Amino acid sequence: MINWLANPARFMRLSAKAVPWCGWTTAVVLAVGLFWSLVLAPPDYQQGDTVRIMYVHVPAAWMALSIYLFVAAASAVALVWRHPLAEVAARAAAPIGAAFTFVCLATGSLWGRPMWGAWWVWDARLTSVLVLFFLYLGYIALASAFDDPARGGRAGAVLALVGVVNLPIIKFSVDWWNTLHQPASVMRIGGPRIALSMLAPLLMMAVGFSLLFVVLLLLRMRTSLNERRAMALRLNADAAPAWRAGRERVISAQISVP
Amino acid sequence: MTAFLGLFRRDLSLALRHGGDTGLVIGFFVLAVILFPFGVGPEPELLQRIGAGVVWVAALLAALLSLDRLFEADYRDGELDLLALSNLPLELAVLAKCAAHWVGTGLPLALTSPFLALLVNLDRSAIGMLFASLLIGTPSLSLIGSVGAALSLGARRQGVVLALLVLPLYIPPLIFGAGAVEASEAGNGARAYLLILGAMSLAALAFCPWASAAALRQALE
Repeated sequence: MINWLANPARFMRLSAKAVPWCGWTTAVVLAVGLFWSLVLAPPDYQQGDTVRIMYVHVPAAWMALSIYLFVAAASAVALVWRHPLAEVAARAAAPIGAAFTFVCLATGSLWGRPMWGAWWVWDARLTSVLVLFFLYLGYIALASAFDDPARGGRAGAVLALVGVVNLPIIKFSVDWWNTLHQPASVMRIGGPRIALSMLAPLLMMAVGFSLLFVVLLLLRMRTSLNERRAMALRLNADAAPAWRAGRERVISAQISVP
Repeated sequence: MTAFLGLFRRDLSLALRHGGDTGLVIGFFVLAVILFPFGVGPEPELLQRIGAGVVWVAALLAALLSLDRLFEADYRDGELDLLALSNLPLELAVLAKCAAHWVGTGLPLALTSPFLALLVNLDRSAIGMLFASLLIGTPSLSLIGSVGAALSLGARRQGVVLALLVLPLYIPPLIFGAGAVEASEAGNGARAYLLILGAMSLAALAFCPWASAAALRQALE
Protein backbone atom coordinates (compact mmCIF):
# COMPACT_ATOMS: atom_id res chain seq x y z
CA MET A 1 0.00 0.00 0.00
CA ILE A 2 2.75 2.40 1.02
CA ASN A 3 4.81 1.63 -2.05
CA TRP A 4 1.80 1.60 -4.28
CA LEU A 5 0.86 5.10 -3.19
CA ALA A 6 4.41 6.39 -3.62
CA ASN A 7 3.64 7.40 -7.17
CA PRO A 8 2.50 11.05 -7.05
CA ALA A 9 0.58 10.75 -10.34
CA ARG A 10 -1.43 7.83 -8.98
CA PHE A 11 -2.04 9.76 -5.75
CA MET A 12 -3.32 12.74 -7.73
CA ARG A 13 -5.75 10.55 -9.68
CA LEU A 14 -7.06 8.78 -6.58
CA SER A 15 -7.30 11.89 -4.42
CA ALA A 16 -9.16 13.79 -7.17
CA LYS A 17 -11.89 11.15 -6.85
CA ALA A 18 -11.73 10.91 -3.05
CA VAL A 19 -11.90 14.63 -2.22
CA PRO A 20 -15.56 15.29 -3.24
CA TRP A 21 -16.80 12.13 -1.49
CA CYS A 22 -14.88 12.87 1.71
CA GLY A 23 -15.88 16.52 1.50
CA TRP A 24 -19.62 15.85 1.38
CA THR A 25 -19.45 13.17 4.07
CA THR A 26 -17.57 15.60 6.29
CA ALA A 27 -20.13 18.32 5.71
CA VAL A 28 -23.02 15.99 6.59
CA VAL A 29 -21.33 14.47 9.66
CA LEU A 30 -20.24 17.87 10.99
CA ALA A 31 -23.69 19.40 10.39
CA VAL A 32 -25.41 16.53 12.21
CA GLY A 33 -22.78 16.51 14.95
CA LEU A 34 -22.99 20.27 15.51
CA PHE A 35 -26.80 20.27 15.60
CA TRP A 36 -26.83 17.27 17.92
CA SER A 37 -24.24 18.65 20.31
CA LEU A 38 -25.22 22.34 20.28
CA VAL A 39 -29.03 21.92 20.26
CA LEU A 40 -30.23 18.38 21.03
CA ALA A 41 -27.78 17.21 23.70
CA PRO A 42 -28.90 17.84 27.28
CA PRO A 43 -27.34 20.72 29.23
CA ASP A 44 -25.10 19.71 32.12
CA TYR A 45 -26.70 19.79 35.58
CA GLN A 46 -23.82 21.91 36.89
CA GLN A 47 -22.38 23.75 33.91
CA GLY A 48 -25.60 24.41 32.02
CA ASP A 49 -25.14 25.20 28.36
CA THR A 50 -21.45 25.98 28.80
CA VAL A 51 -20.83 22.24 28.55
CA ARG A 52 -21.48 22.49 24.81
CA ILE A 53 -18.03 24.03 24.35
CA MET A 54 -16.74 20.58 25.27
CA TYR A 55 -18.11 19.13 22.01
CA VAL A 56 -15.67 21.27 20.05
CA HIS A 57 -12.87 21.45 22.60
CA VAL A 58 -12.33 17.74 23.28
CA PRO A 59 -12.32 16.51 19.64
CA ALA A 60 -10.02 19.42 18.74
CA ALA A 61 -7.63 18.33 21.49
CA TRP A 62 -7.73 14.72 20.27
CA MET A 63 -7.01 15.95 16.75
CA ALA A 64 -4.14 18.14 17.95
CA LEU A 65 -2.43 15.12 19.48
CA SER A 66 -3.21 12.58 16.77
CA ILE A 67 -2.17 14.94 13.96
CA TYR A 68 1.16 15.47 15.69
CA LEU A 69 1.53 11.70 15.88
CA PHE A 70 0.64 11.56 12.17
CA VAL A 71 3.28 14.19 11.34
CA ALA A 72 5.88 12.28 13.35
CA ALA A 73 4.97 8.93 11.77
CA ALA A 74 5.02 10.42 8.26
CA SER A 75 8.38 12.04 9.07
CA ALA A 76 9.78 8.69 10.20
CA VAL A 77 8.57 7.06 6.97
CA ALA A 78 10.08 9.92 4.96
CA LEU A 79 13.44 9.62 6.76
CA VAL A 80 13.68 5.83 6.70
CA TRP A 81 12.25 4.91 3.29
CA ARG A 82 12.62 8.29 1.53
CA HIS A 83 8.96 7.98 0.65
CA PRO A 84 8.17 10.90 -1.66
CA LEU A 85 4.61 11.45 -0.46
CA ALA A 86 5.28 11.01 3.27
CA GLU A 87 7.23 14.26 3.44
CA VAL A 88 4.51 16.10 1.50
CA ALA A 89 1.94 14.64 3.88
CA ALA A 90 3.87 15.66 7.01
CA ARG A 91 4.32 19.23 5.80
CA ALA A 92 0.70 19.47 4.71
CA ALA A 93 -0.61 18.13 8.02
CA ALA A 94 1.37 20.42 10.35
CA PRO A 95 -0.60 23.68 9.79
CA ILE A 96 -3.89 21.77 10.15
CA GLY A 97 -2.66 20.36 13.44
CA ALA A 98 -1.56 23.80 14.58
CA ALA A 99 -5.05 25.12 13.75
CA PHE A 100 -6.74 22.36 15.76
CA THR A 101 -4.38 23.05 18.68
CA PHE A 102 -5.29 26.71 18.50
CA VAL A 103 -9.01 25.86 18.44
CA CYS A 104 -8.47 23.62 21.46
CA LEU A 105 -6.67 26.38 23.38
CA ALA A 106 -9.16 29.06 22.39
CA THR A 107 -12.29 27.06 23.26
CA GLY A 108 -10.66 25.95 26.49
CA SER A 109 -10.02 29.56 27.34
CA LEU A 110 -13.65 30.50 26.56
CA TRP A 111 -14.83 27.67 28.81
CA GLY A 112 -12.35 28.48 31.56
CA ARG A 113 -13.57 32.06 31.97
CA PRO A 114 -17.06 31.20 33.32
CA MET A 115 -16.06 27.89 34.96
CA TRP A 116 -12.67 28.57 36.54
CA GLY A 117 -12.95 32.36 36.55
CA ALA A 118 -9.80 32.83 34.45
CA TRP A 119 -8.98 32.86 30.75
CA TRP A 120 -5.78 31.01 31.39
CA VAL A 121 -4.21 29.11 34.27
CA TRP A 122 -0.67 27.69 34.30
CA ASP A 123 -1.85 24.17 34.73
CA ALA A 124 0.19 21.19 33.49
CA ARG A 125 -2.29 20.18 30.78
CA LEU A 126 -2.66 23.72 29.43
CA THR A 127 1.05 24.40 29.50
CA SER A 128 1.94 21.18 27.72
CA VAL A 129 -0.65 21.84 25.00
CA LEU A 130 0.79 25.33 24.60
CA VAL A 131 4.21 23.72 24.13
CA LEU A 132 2.64 21.45 21.51
CA PHE A 133 1.38 24.55 19.69
CA PHE A 134 4.90 26.00 19.69
CA LEU A 135 6.31 22.69 18.46
CA TYR A 136 3.93 22.89 15.50
CA LEU A 137 5.03 26.48 14.84
CA GLY A 138 8.69 25.47 15.13
CA TYR A 139 8.15 22.62 12.68
CA ILE A 140 6.42 24.89 10.16
CA ALA A 141 9.12 27.57 10.52
CA LEU A 142 11.96 25.08 10.18
CA ALA A 143 10.44 23.22 7.23
CA SER A 144 10.14 26.48 5.27
CA ALA A 145 13.42 28.06 6.42
CA PHE A 146 15.68 26.57 3.76
CA ASP A 147 16.22 27.55 0.15
CA ASP A 148 16.32 23.86 -0.69
CA PRO A 149 12.85 22.45 0.15
CA ALA A 150 14.17 18.88 0.49
CA ARG A 151 16.57 20.01 3.22
CA GLY A 152 13.70 21.75 5.06
CA GLY A 153 11.64 18.59 4.87
CA ARG A 154 14.39 16.45 6.37
CA ALA A 155 15.25 18.93 9.14
CA GLY A 156 11.55 19.21 9.99
CA ALA A 157 11.27 15.42 10.10
CA VAL A 158 14.02 15.14 12.71
CA LEU A 159 12.37 17.90 14.76
CA ALA A 160 8.97 16.21 14.56
CA LEU A 161 10.47 12.99 15.94
CA VAL A 162 12.22 14.86 18.77
CA GLY A 163 8.93 16.57 19.68
CA VAL A 164 7.14 13.23 20.20
CA VAL A 165 8.58 13.39 23.75
CA ASN A 166 5.85 15.90 24.52
CA LEU A 167 2.90 13.66 23.57
CA PRO A 168 2.91 11.31 26.61
CA ILE A 169 3.53 14.34 28.82
CA ILE A 170 0.32 15.95 27.52
CA LYS A 171 -1.73 12.75 27.70
CA PHE A 172 -0.72 11.87 31.25
CA SER A 173 -0.22 15.39 32.64
CA VAL A 174 -3.65 15.23 34.29
CA ASP A 175 -2.73 11.96 36.01
CA TRP A 176 0.84 12.81 37.02
CA TRP A 177 0.14 16.24 38.43
CA ASN A 178 -2.78 17.24 40.56
CA THR A 179 -4.20 19.82 38.16
CA LEU A 180 -7.19 22.04 37.67
CA HIS A 181 -7.95 20.42 34.31
CA GLN A 182 -10.18 17.38 34.89
CA PRO A 183 -8.64 13.93 34.28
CA ALA A 184 -9.55 11.79 31.30
CA SER A 185 -13.20 10.76 31.30
CA VAL A 186 -13.63 9.09 27.90
CA MET A 187 -10.48 7.14 27.10
CA ARG A 188 -9.81 5.64 30.51
CA ILE A 189 -9.39 2.18 31.99
CA GLY A 190 -12.83 0.94 33.04
CA GLY A 191 -14.74 2.59 30.21
CA PRO A 192 -15.97 6.13 29.66
CA ARG A 193 -17.38 8.04 32.62
CA ILE A 194 -19.74 10.25 30.71
CA ALA A 195 -23.47 9.89 29.99
CA LEU A 196 -24.33 8.26 26.66
CA SER A 197 -26.52 11.23 25.67
CA MET A 198 -23.34 13.35 25.75
CA LEU A 199 -20.86 10.70 24.62
CA ALA A 200 -22.69 9.99 21.33
CA PRO A 201 -22.60 13.57 19.97
CA LEU A 202 -19.02 13.91 21.23
CA LEU A 203 -17.95 10.87 19.22
CA MET A 204 -19.92 12.17 16.23
CA MET A 205 -17.95 15.41 16.40
CA ALA A 206 -14.70 13.46 16.73
CA VAL A 207 -15.53 11.51 13.56
CA GLY A 208 -16.45 14.76 11.82
CA PHE A 209 -13.17 16.44 12.83
CA SER A 210 -11.16 13.40 11.69
CA LEU A 211 -12.90 13.48 8.29
CA LEU A 212 -12.28 17.20 8.10
CA PHE A 213 -8.60 16.53 8.69
CA VAL A 214 -8.51 13.95 5.90
CA VAL A 215 -10.19 16.33 3.43
CA LEU A 216 -7.94 19.27 4.32
CA LEU A 217 -4.87 17.02 4.21
CA LEU A 218 -5.75 15.71 0.74
CA LEU A 219 -6.43 19.23 -0.53
CA ARG A 220 -3.18 20.60 0.90
CA MET A 221 -1.17 17.66 -0.46
CA ARG A 222 -2.71 18.16 -3.90
CA THR A 223 -1.91 21.86 -3.78
CA SER A 224 1.66 21.19 -2.75
CA LEU A 225 2.17 18.60 -5.52
CA ASN A 226 0.62 20.97 -8.07
CA GLU A 227 2.94 23.72 -6.86
CA ARG A 228 5.94 21.47 -7.40
CA ARG A 229 4.73 20.63 -10.87
CA ALA A 230 4.22 24.29 -11.73
CA MET A 231 7.72 25.04 -10.45
CA ALA A 232 9.21 22.24 -12.56
CA LEU A 233 7.32 23.44 -15.65
CA ARG A 234 8.50 27.01 -15.08
CA LEU A 235 12.12 25.90 -14.69
CA ASN A 236 11.81 23.86 -17.89
CA ALA A 237 10.27 26.78 -19.74
CA ASP A 238 13.11 29.06 -18.57
CA ALA A 239 15.74 26.55 -19.51
CA ALA A 240 14.28 25.51 -22.86
CA PRO A 241 15.16 28.54 -25.08
CA ALA A 242 18.75 28.57 -23.87
CA TRP A 243 19.02 24.86 -24.43
CA ARG A 244 17.54 25.12 -27.93
CA ALA A 245 19.85 28.01 -28.82
CA GLY A 246 22.88 26.03 -27.67
CA ARG A 247 21.68 23.00 -29.60
CA GLU A 248 21.22 25.02 -32.80
CA ARG A 249 24.70 26.46 -32.47
CA VAL A 250 26.12 22.95 -32.15
CA ILE A 251 24.14 21.72 -35.14
CA SER A 252 25.18 24.67 -37.32
CA ALA A 253 28.78 24.12 -36.25
CA GLN A 254 28.48 20.49 -37.28
CA ILE A 255 27.02 21.48 -40.61
CA SER A 256 29.70 24.04 -41.30
CA VAL A 257 32.52 21.73 -40.27
CA PRO A 258 33.03 19.57 -43.39
CA MET B 1 39.12 8.64 23.07
CA THR B 2 42.10 10.75 21.98
CA ALA B 3 40.01 12.23 19.20
CA PHE B 4 37.17 12.90 21.63
CA LEU B 5 39.46 14.68 24.09
CA GLY B 6 41.21 16.54 21.30
CA LEU B 7 37.93 17.86 19.94
CA PHE B 8 36.80 18.80 23.43
CA ARG B 9 40.03 20.67 24.14
CA ARG B 10 39.99 22.43 20.78
CA ASP B 11 36.40 23.64 21.17
CA LEU B 12 36.99 24.75 24.71
CA SER B 13 40.12 26.73 23.93
CA LEU B 14 38.36 28.32 20.95
CA ALA B 15 35.49 29.33 23.22
CA LEU B 16 37.80 30.77 25.87
CA ARG B 17 40.23 32.58 23.56
CA HIS B 18 37.98 33.53 20.71
CA GLY B 19 37.10 37.14 21.40
CA GLY B 20 35.56 36.28 24.74
CA ASP B 21 32.61 34.12 23.67
CA THR B 22 32.21 33.06 27.28
CA GLY B 23 32.60 36.64 28.47
CA LEU B 24 29.83 37.83 26.17
CA VAL B 25 27.45 35.16 27.42
CA ILE B 26 28.14 36.09 31.04
CA GLY B 27 27.77 39.78 30.22
CA PHE B 28 24.38 39.13 28.66
CA PHE B 29 23.33 37.00 31.63
CA VAL B 30 24.22 39.71 34.15
CA LEU B 31 22.60 42.50 32.11
CA ALA B 32 19.38 40.54 31.54
CA VAL B 33 18.99 39.95 35.29
CA ILE B 34 19.84 43.57 36.14
CA LEU B 35 17.06 44.80 33.83
CA PHE B 36 14.38 43.26 36.06
CA PRO B 37 14.77 45.52 39.12
CA PHE B 38 14.39 48.47 36.74
CA GLY B 39 11.27 46.93 35.23
CA VAL B 40 9.41 45.69 38.30
CA GLY B 41 10.82 48.07 40.92
CA PRO B 42 13.50 47.54 43.58
CA GLU B 43 11.36 46.22 46.49
CA PRO B 44 13.46 43.47 48.16
CA GLU B 45 10.48 41.18 48.91
CA LEU B 46 9.26 41.26 45.31
CA LEU B 47 12.76 40.60 43.96
CA GLN B 48 13.22 37.76 46.40
CA ARG B 49 9.92 36.26 45.27
CA ILE B 50 10.72 36.33 41.53
CA GLY B 51 14.53 36.18 41.76
CA ALA B 52 15.07 32.48 41.13
CA GLY B 53 12.81 32.46 38.09
CA VAL B 54 14.44 35.59 36.68
CA VAL B 55 17.94 34.14 37.01
CA TRP B 56 16.84 30.87 35.42
CA VAL B 57 15.12 32.59 32.49
CA ALA B 58 18.17 34.79 31.92
CA ALA B 59 20.38 31.68 31.99
CA LEU B 60 18.15 30.02 29.36
CA LEU B 61 18.37 33.04 27.09
CA ALA B 62 22.13 33.33 27.56
CA ALA B 63 22.53 29.64 26.71
CA LEU B 64 20.30 30.13 23.67
CA LEU B 65 22.44 33.03 22.44
CA SER B 66 25.59 30.93 22.60
CA LEU B 67 24.15 27.98 20.66
CA ASP B 68 24.96 29.30 17.21
CA ARG B 69 28.67 28.93 17.87
CA LEU B 70 28.23 25.20 18.56
CA PHE B 71 28.27 24.09 14.90
CA GLU B 72 27.93 27.23 12.78
CA ALA B 73 31.63 28.12 12.27
CA ASP B 74 32.61 24.50 11.66
CA TYR B 75 29.76 24.12 9.20
CA ARG B 76 30.89 27.17 7.22
CA ASP B 77 34.58 26.31 6.95
CA GLY B 78 33.96 22.63 6.17
CA GLU B 79 35.31 21.27 9.42
CA LEU B 80 32.04 19.42 10.05
CA ASP B 81 32.48 17.47 6.83
CA LEU B 82 35.89 16.31 8.07
CA LEU B 83 34.39 15.37 11.43
CA ALA B 84 31.68 13.34 9.69
CA LEU B 85 34.35 11.52 7.66
CA SER B 86 36.66 10.87 10.61
CA ASN B 87 36.84 7.67 12.65
CA LEU B 88 35.16 9.32 15.61
CA PRO B 89 31.40 8.54 15.45
CA LEU B 90 29.46 11.73 14.82
CA GLU B 91 27.42 11.12 18.00
CA LEU B 92 30.60 11.24 20.07
CA ALA B 93 31.80 14.32 18.20
CA VAL B 94 28.51 16.01 19.12
CA LEU B 95 28.97 14.91 22.72
CA ALA B 96 32.50 16.37 22.82
CA LYS B 97 31.24 19.64 21.38
CA CYS B 98 28.34 19.77 23.86
CA ALA B 99 30.72 19.06 26.75
CA ALA B 100 32.98 21.90 25.61
CA HIS B 101 29.95 24.14 25.17
CA TRP B 102 28.79 23.35 28.70
CA VAL B 103 32.20 24.08 30.22
CA GLY B 104 32.33 27.28 28.16
CA THR B 105 28.83 28.55 29.02
CA GLY B 106 26.77 26.41 31.43
CA LEU B 107 29.46 26.17 34.07
CA PRO B 108 30.32 29.90 34.02
CA LEU B 109 26.58 30.69 34.19
CA ALA B 110 26.25 28.52 37.30
CA LEU B 111 29.36 30.10 38.81
CA THR B 112 28.03 33.62 38.20
CA SER B 113 24.60 32.88 39.59
CA PRO B 114 25.41 33.31 43.34
CA PHE B 115 26.55 36.88 42.62
CA LEU B 116 23.31 37.61 40.75
CA ALA B 117 21.32 35.92 43.53
CA LEU B 118 22.72 38.57 45.89
CA LEU B 119 21.47 41.30 43.55
CA VAL B 120 17.94 39.90 43.64
CA ASN B 121 18.05 39.42 47.38
CA LEU B 122 17.80 35.62 47.65
CA ASP B 123 18.64 34.24 51.09
CA ARG B 124 21.64 32.02 51.78
CA SER B 125 20.14 28.56 51.39
CA ALA B 126 18.35 29.65 48.21
CA ILE B 127 21.65 30.87 46.76
CA GLY B 128 23.20 27.44 47.23
CA MET B 129 20.13 25.80 45.75
CA LEU B 130 20.18 28.14 42.72
CA PHE B 131 23.82 27.26 42.11
CA ALA B 132 23.10 23.53 42.48
CA SER B 133 20.05 23.62 40.20
CA LEU B 134 21.94 25.51 37.49
CA LEU B 135 24.88 23.12 37.81
CA ILE B 136 22.58 20.12 37.35
CA GLY B 137 20.26 21.70 34.79
CA THR B 138 22.59 23.51 32.37
CA PRO B 139 23.98 20.30 30.75
CA SER B 140 20.47 19.62 29.46
CA LEU B 141 20.40 23.16 27.99
CA SER B 142 23.59 22.53 25.99
CA LEU B 143 22.41 19.07 24.85
CA ILE B 144 18.86 20.04 23.88
CA GLY B 145 20.23 23.18 22.25
CA SER B 146 22.62 21.13 20.13
CA VAL B 147 19.63 19.48 18.42
CA GLY B 148 18.17 22.87 17.54
CA ALA B 149 21.54 24.23 16.43
CA ALA B 150 22.15 21.22 14.18
CA LEU B 151 18.64 21.38 12.69
CA SER B 152 18.80 25.07 11.86
CA LEU B 153 22.25 24.99 10.20
CA GLY B 154 22.09 26.97 6.99
CA ALA B 155 18.53 28.18 7.54
CA ARG B 156 17.35 31.62 6.60
CA ARG B 157 17.11 33.84 9.72
CA GLN B 158 18.73 31.06 11.71
CA GLY B 159 18.61 32.85 15.07
CA VAL B 160 14.83 33.23 15.09
CA VAL B 161 14.22 29.67 13.91
CA LEU B 162 16.64 28.39 16.55
CA ALA B 163 14.83 30.26 19.32
CA LEU B 164 11.45 28.98 18.14
CA LEU B 165 12.75 25.39 18.12
CA VAL B 166 14.69 25.37 21.36
CA LEU B 167 12.75 27.56 23.81
CA PRO B 168 9.66 25.27 24.03
CA LEU B 169 11.97 22.34 24.77
CA TYR B 170 13.70 24.40 27.51
CA ILE B 171 10.47 24.74 29.48
CA PRO B 172 10.77 21.49 31.51
CA PRO B 173 14.27 22.25 32.89
CA LEU B 174 13.09 25.79 33.66
CA ILE B 175 10.05 24.54 35.62
CA PHE B 176 12.06 22.16 37.77
CA GLY B 177 15.13 24.38 38.10
CA ALA B 178 13.20 27.40 39.34
CA GLY B 179 10.90 25.06 41.27
CA ALA B 180 13.84 23.66 43.25
CA VAL B 181 14.87 27.12 44.48
CA GLU B 182 11.30 28.03 45.30
CA ALA B 183 10.74 24.80 47.24
CA SER B 184 13.88 25.38 49.30
CA GLU B 185 12.78 28.97 50.03
CA ALA B 186 9.38 27.72 51.15
CA GLY B 187 11.08 25.23 53.45
CA ASN B 188 9.95 22.14 51.53
CA GLY B 189 12.53 19.65 50.38
CA ALA B 190 14.01 20.50 47.00
CA ARG B 191 15.42 17.01 46.58
CA ALA B 192 12.65 15.77 44.26
CA TYR B 193 13.10 18.77 41.95
CA LEU B 194 16.85 18.28 41.76
CA LEU B 195 16.40 14.57 41.06
CA ILE B 196 13.98 15.25 38.21
CA LEU B 197 16.33 17.93 36.88
CA GLY B 198 19.19 15.43 37.00
CA ALA B 199 17.01 12.86 35.25
CA MET B 200 16.33 15.36 32.46
CA SER B 201 20.01 16.08 32.01
CA LEU B 202 20.80 12.36 31.90
CA ALA B 203 17.98 11.65 29.45
CA ALA B 204 19.21 14.51 27.27
CA LEU B 205 22.72 13.07 27.52
CA ALA B 206 21.42 9.74 26.26
CA PHE B 207 19.15 10.94 23.45
CA CYS B 208 20.26 14.35 22.18
CA PRO B 209 23.63 13.31 20.65
CA TRP B 210 21.74 10.83 18.43
CA ALA B 211 19.22 13.41 17.31
CA SER B 212 21.92 16.07 16.73
CA ALA B 213 24.07 13.64 14.77
CA ALA B 214 21.08 12.70 12.60
CA ALA B 215 20.37 16.38 12.01
CA LEU B 216 24.03 17.09 11.17
CA ARG B 217 24.13 14.20 8.68
CA GLN B 218 21.18 15.54 6.77
CA ALA B 219 22.65 19.06 6.88
CA LEU B 220 25.87 17.76 5.33
CA GLU B 221 24.19 15.67 2.64
